[in-house]
Amino acid sequence: MENFTPYSALAGGVLIGLAATLLLLFNGRIAGISGMMSGLINATRAELFWRCAFLIGIVIGAFLFNQIKPDFYHPREHFPLWLLAIGGFLVGFGTRMGNGCTSGHAVCGIARFSVRSIVATLTFMGNGFLTVYIIRHVLGVSV
Amino acid sequence: MNTFIIALVSGIVFGVGLALSQMTNPSKVLNFLDIAGNWDPSLMLVMVGALTVTILSFTQILKRPMPLFDKQFYLSSKSAIDKPLIIGASIFGMGWGISGYCPGPAVAGLGLGNSEAIVMIFGIYMGFIAHRLLDQ
Repeated sequence: MENFTPYSALAGGVLIGLAATLLLLFNGRIAGISGMMSGLINATRAELFWRCAFLIGIVIGAFLFNQIKPDFYHPREHFPLWLLAIGGFLVGFGTRMGNGCTSGHAVCGIARFSVRSIVATLTFMGNGFLTVYIIRHVLGVSV
Repeated sequence: MNTFIIALVSGIVFGVGLALSQMTNPSKVLNFLDIAGNWDPSLMLVMVGALTVTILSFTQILKRPMPLFDKQFYLSSKSAIDKPLIIGASIFGMGWGISGYCPGPAVAGLGLGNSEAIVMIFGIYMGFIAHRLLDQ
């Protein structure tokens, strides 16, 4: 528990919630990142613009914050890139099959009291816990 | 143009939130998912912070007939708890547990000069394309 950062975690969460609120209140859109990313592949022009704007906004926001508070980001070293690519593949495939990720299902879907999103969130979190358990405590690999 | 600016500003706030909460540190994410190890519960509070805001605001916003800059709300009409939902969410959870990245932090990583983010996003798009091919 020595790395527990409750205040910045809570404050960051509030900002994520505010961002989702802005997007719904003004644009009527759900802030689902996997949907926005996959939507870049074959979207109409209007759909493409706002999705690009949001995703570029994320990059800008993280960049600006890191300029002001560089000690919040700790680059991970020596993580095998092939494993990262496999992880990425599973995230991409799984979020399309299950129609959403942490933002769309957990932050936005649960707020609409969508049972589907609650089930999805419990499922991906449960599998996240299980996967890390197997990797670290059954296989004994520390990555 | 208005919706473009709102999307950009929301994205910036979202990106700051990810960086401040350290969702952008995959090791921290994996330590959150590691209940049996040296558990770091911080990311639970990210969810608490985000959901406190969205539960309060969404309830009010969705009482409106339409959003401020558009004629309709674009919400998923799906409600079935079906196989694709469970299997898809399970596969996503596995990928999250392996990599330490969900899609938002992978995108934010580009702003941090994180070279892992490029590999992660490449993998994610390969996954999108594979799903599209299988789904046809």
